[in-house]
This record gives sequence, C-alpha cells and structure tokens, in this order.
Amino acid sequence: MEGPEQPPDPTAAPTAEPEMPPEVVAQSLGEYLRSWMVRARSGENRVLPVVAGLIMITVVFEIISPHHVFLSAGNLVNLFQQSAVFMVLAMAESFALLLGEIDLSVGYVAAVGGVIGVQLVQPATTNWPWWAAIIVALLACALIGALQGTLVARFKLPSFVVTLAGLLIFNGLMLLLLLLGPFSGYPSLSGRSTNLHVLYNLMWGNIDPVASWVAMAVIVAGLSFLMWRRDSRRRRSGLVAPPASVTVVKIAALAIVSVAVVAICNINRANIGVVEGVPWVIPIVLAVVGAWSLLLQRTRYGRYVYAIGGNAEAARRAGVDVAMVRTVAFVLCSFTAGIGGLLYASYLGGMSNNVNGGQLVLFAVAAAVIGGTSLFGGRGRMMDGLLGGLVIGGIYNGMYLLGLQVQWEFIVTGFVLLAAIAIDALSRREATRATA
Amino acid sequence: MAQVAPEVKVAEEPLLKVRGLDKHFGPVQALSKVDLDLPAGQVTGLCGDNGAGKSVLTKCIAGIHQPDAGQIFWEGRPVEIRSARDASRLGIETVYQDLALADNLDIVQNMFLGRERVRRGFLDEDEMERAAAATLASLRVTTVRSIRQPVATLSGGQRQSVAVAKAVMWNSKLVILDEPTAALGVMQTQMVLDLVKRLRDHGVAVMVISHNLNDVFEVADRIAVLYLGRMVAQDKASAFDRQSVVEYMTTGTVGRAPVET
Ligand SMILES: Nc1ncnc2c1ncn2[C@@H]1O[C@H](COP(=O)(O)OP(=O)(O)OP(=O)(O)O)[C@@H](O)[C@H]1O
Ligand SMILES: [Mg+2]
Repeated sequence: MEGPEQPPDPTAAPTAEPEMPPEVVAQSLGEYLRSWMVRARSGENRVLPVVAGLIMITVVFEIISPHHVFLSAGNLVNLFQQSAVFMVLAMAESFALLLGEIDLSVGYVAAVGGVIGVQLVQPATTNWPWWAAIIVALLACALIGALQGTLVARFKLPSFVVTLAGLLIFNGLMLLLLLLGPFSGYPSLSGRSTNLHVLYNLMWGNIDPVASWVAMAVIVAGLSFLMWRRDSRRRRSGLVAPPASVTVVKIAALAIVSVAVVAICNINRANIGVVEGVPWVIPIVLAVVGAWSLLLQRTRYGRYVYAIGGNAEAARRAGVDVAMVRTVAFVLCSFTAGIGGLLYASYLGGMSNNVNGGQLVLFAVAAAVIGGTSLFGGRGRMMDGLLGGLVIGGIYNGMYLLGLQVQWEFIVTGFVLLAAIAIDALSRREATRATA
Repeated sequence: MAQVAPEVKVAEEPLLKVRGLDKHFGPVQALSKVDLDLPAGQVTGLCGDNGAGKSVLTKCIAGIHQPDAGQIFWEGRPVEIRSARDASRLGIETVYQDLALADNLDIVQNMFLGRERVRRGFLDEDEMERAAAATLASLRVTTVRSIRQPVATLSGGQRQSVAVAKAVMWNSKLVILDEPTAALGVMQTQMVLDLVKRLRDHGVAVMVISHNLNDVFEVADRIAVLYLGRMVAQDKASAFDRQSVVEYMTTGTVGRAPVET
C-alpha cells in the first residue's frame, strides 16, 4: 500500500537543517558530532563554549598560578566547594529565567535562609535539632517565594521590580535576624554541639573514601543502566533516539567524570594529617540537580514551565494555569536559594553582615547564563547552572590564587557574563531568522 | 428541506448556537449582537474583511475571551466557556490565526500541550510520540524530518500542519480553523481542505475562516459573513455567489439581495 512519492514541500525552509538538534536527526556518531559542531558555531549549542571556557580557565590558571597549585587536589576540592554555592543559586535562578522572568532577590533570600538555619541551632539560644532548623529555614524561603510569586503572577507586577524590592527587604531582614541572640551579629557554626557540626559539615564534612567509591559506582551503574534501557527501548520501537554509539559515548563520559572527581577527592589534601574523601556538598548539589532536572524534563509541571517561557499565550490557550505555574516557580526558586544559603553559611562557618547578597545574585544569573540558560525564557537546563557555577568558581578561585584583589574578579566575571549574554542573544537571533 | 419530520428537526438543533453575542475592547465594539449556528457534519465558512471580528468571535467560542453579553448554546444547553480547558472539555478545538505554538518545544510536546499523558507521575514520552506520529501520518504530514525537532525549525506551512494536527487529535465535535491556509502552498492548502472535508464526513462541525473565497466555496456547506462586528448574512452556501459574498464583506449589505438573513 505504498502511496505515490511525496513531492518536496515547497514551503519548507531551506535553512532549517543546520539548526536541528543532533539527537533528532543524526544516524551515526560522526553525523552526531558534525551537527553538534554546526550548532555550536551558530550559537545554538551552548555546552561546547562552556566546556571550552572551563578548559581555558584550567589551562591558564594552572600555568600562571604560583607553584601550579590550581590543579592540586586540595585546590580542586576547594574549587568544587566554592562553586557549589554558585551552582545552587544558579539553579534557583533558572526557575525564574526559564519563565522569562528574573529574581534579583535570590542572594538575600539565600542569606535569610542561612541566618535562620544558623540561629536556630545555636546552643545558647533556641538549640533546635539541625533537621528542624533546616526545614524551617527552607520553608521560610519557600514562603518568601510564594509572596513574590503571587505579586508577579497574580497581580502582574514586573518580576524585576518585585524582586528588586525583595533584594532590599531581605537584606534588611537578614540584618535584623543576625542581631538576634547574644552573638553581636555573628552567629557561628563553631562549637561542640552536634547540630552545629551537622550544618558545618554540609560543606566541610567528607565521606569515607571507600564509601565514596562504592556510592559512585552504584550511582553511575544505575544511571547508565537507565540511559541504555531508555535509548534502546526507543530505538527498538522506532522512536526518535540517538544511535547506540552516542549512548555509549555519553555513558563513558559520565563514568570518566565521576571516577575523576572521586579520585581527586580521595587524595589526601592535608599538609599535616589526613583529609580525604568526597565532601558531602557534592552529593547534595547532585541531588538538587537530579531532583530539579527530573521535575523539569519529566513532569507536566516542568513541561509547562518551558511552554510558558516559550509562548505564554500558547500555554494559556492550551489550558495551562499560567499563574499557578509561575507562582510555584518562584517558590521553587526561593526554596532552592535557601539550600544555597545553608551551604553558604556552612562554607563561611557562620553568618555575618558581610554577606553580599547583591553580588551573589549577579553570580547566580551569570552562572546560569554562562551555562547556557537563556535570559529570554524557555531555554536552559539545571545542568547549565552546574557548568556555569564551575566557570564562576574557577575564575573566583584562580584570581584568589594569583593574589588578585576582588575588583579584578568582578571585572573578569563581568566580561564573562557579557560574552555569555552575547552568545545567548546571537543564538536567539539565529533562531528567529530561521522561522521568519 | 420541505417536509422535515419533527424528530429530524430535533437532530437539526445546531451543535453550537450563538445568540446576541457582544464583545468590546475599550471603545472598540468588536462584536455586536452576533448570532451564529454551527451544525454538526457541516462546514461553515466565516467571511469578513480585516478587523470584522472573525478572530474575536472564534476566541469567544474557544474560551479565550469572555463575551460582554449574549449566550452560547452547546447541544441545545446554555453553556459558559470560561477557559480553553472548558472548551476542550466540550469538544471544541481551535487552530488560531497566530498559531499558538511554543517555538522552544518540539512537535510532540506542542501537540500534547496541556494534555500530556502521564504514567506514574512522569510524562509518557514514548506513548505521546507514537500517537503524534500516527496523527501526522494520517494527515499525510510527511515533510517534517523528525517529530522531535523544535517547532522553531519548521517552515510556515509545516507549523500550520502541526497546529491543525494538534486540533484534530482529540476526537473533537467542533473544530475551528482561523485562516488555516493563509501561509500554505498549493499542495498543502489542498491537504488542509481535504482534511476539512474528511472531518465533516466524520460528523464533526467545522468552522473555517478564510479570505480566500475559492477555498470557502470549495469546502463550505454554509456561509456566514461578518461586517464591522455584525453578522450580516448567514445561509447555506448555495444561496451565495462570489459576488454577493464580496458585497456583504465590503458593504454589509447586497443590492440584489439574493438572501435574507
Ligand atoms: N485583544 C484585543 N484588544 C483590543 N482590541 C482587539 C483585540 N482583539 C481584537 N481587537 C479588535 O477587534 C476588532 C476585530 O478584530 P479581529 O481580530 O476579530 O479581526 P478579524 O476579522 O479576525 O481580522 P483579520 O482578517 O485581519 O484576521 C479589530 O478592530 C481589532 O482591533
Ligand atoms: Mg483574524
């Protein structure tokens, strides 16, 4: 029952081909790579520039850092720890960016969450158990998100202005909360209580090296199995799927990166004594990435976030409760910021009025955009925050090693952000030209 | 039509009946006292000049705009269509003039937007991809390279095809097409018109808005003409000729008056 040959579609856009995502059309590994490169050159593929940037940062700082310490195990672990805060805040910001909104308050919302957590576990005052302190800190942040989200989604106030006001309000709130208790504005996590220890160990605690290896092996094997099963099932039933070789390469890349990270973390990084093992902050960040990626890529809610970011009117006409999706996104944004704030408090070993939430939010936006999340909405993944956070962390760390003042770090980060936004705008222009 | 038995008369109650619909945007009276009948198993061609109110009328029926006054009857019962979801629950699907596709989503994601299939809390991508592929194949939309490509990479005609496929996938009772052939080449126009006829043969009520009178006369069983927000003519297609439709569209009346509304 073969019909006559379909004549070519006269209205088909001749330029459509190069912009096609490789996973959609490539039949072999070679084709996949080729179409990946084409997209990278036109600004469509955002992973390649970030990875190239990371390699450049690594090479440059390794060469010019004193005694070539950049690539030492101690410094690399330190780099992961510094980047973790940027990564989590970037993921928080992604919820706003994907909708085409912005949240300028994430820095101080994070700080408020951090202060609440640190204050509640103080043995001299409330002495709450660590888990209760964490839950209350995160719920407080979620509540902040609900308030800001309601103003944006229901009352249709511009998110820029609402969260700019939030930036000021929560800066003030952070200072007020800091003054509570007999700590003269500097509640700290040092001390002998278990609850203090747990919060401190979010960033500084390490997993036993053997346990690190076992956990890594189990996770990588599990993920590889799921990836392989999914791709091969789709190939078998004739659905769109990458060729088997591409699946293998992806699994290999995952395994190599995981082994490298665990190996580096398991090198003794202390000058005297033993400090080794994967810091807890790494599985914490990975859990956030995993949970939010699952939410965004595999659930209805996530689909609606992308749809609204791409075309809010289309989503509305499709029956999506746009205001609800928007409000929840702001809740998730502030909630995630709270996680970042607790990690930051742990990193600093306490909280103080030196915390600069205004700078944190800029780094969060920069990390997300550098990683490939679009400021115009509808494009980006949680993984982008991970890569972008690593770039920001790398610059921050490298400049610190060089003994450069903080002003240079600002300037370099600013230029990197400009470059990322230029790529973002360029790829957007390409995309609109293709459809025009 | 001369000797209709009473029970046939009941069956002839139009699927959708609009009575006295008013809609204004600020000072602009987009619709005033509009009456419209859309019977099942028939194609109604809606004509009118630019700005006559065709798209607004469509959106009032589809739940996008709320009318200021008037009543809509669905299968004889008065209904209020407050949202797109209300409309699709009744069985009304619309292809909008401005398409309403999300460029960043792929074809499958767009076709299922708002009605995703879910298994154990997670999206059932395989099932959705299969269903979308089957629908596109049945409409002979074969020019897209992959149904997983973002809609941004499609040509105008391909986007139109996706929008139409999206609307007909749901076993709807009423399909409204606002300028479905405006961006299409000759082949694809014919494809859409054939599709419209196929829907009618399945007993679906179809309303087609078009500026192209050739298209209207090819598929329409009934014709309705809007002029400056008023319904100035509405009858079976054979009661009109090209000349009279143009006159209604441009002047709101017709000198020779072949039809009474
Ligand atoms: N959302 C809106 N806000 C304000 N005015 C509107 C809106 N939508 C439509 N109008 C006005 O209502 C009138 C009817 O517009 P409509 O889009 O229905 O025209 P149309 O018959 O579809 O024309 P076309 O053939 O150009 O598509 C126009 O005067 C238009 O400016
Ligand atoms: Mg119109």
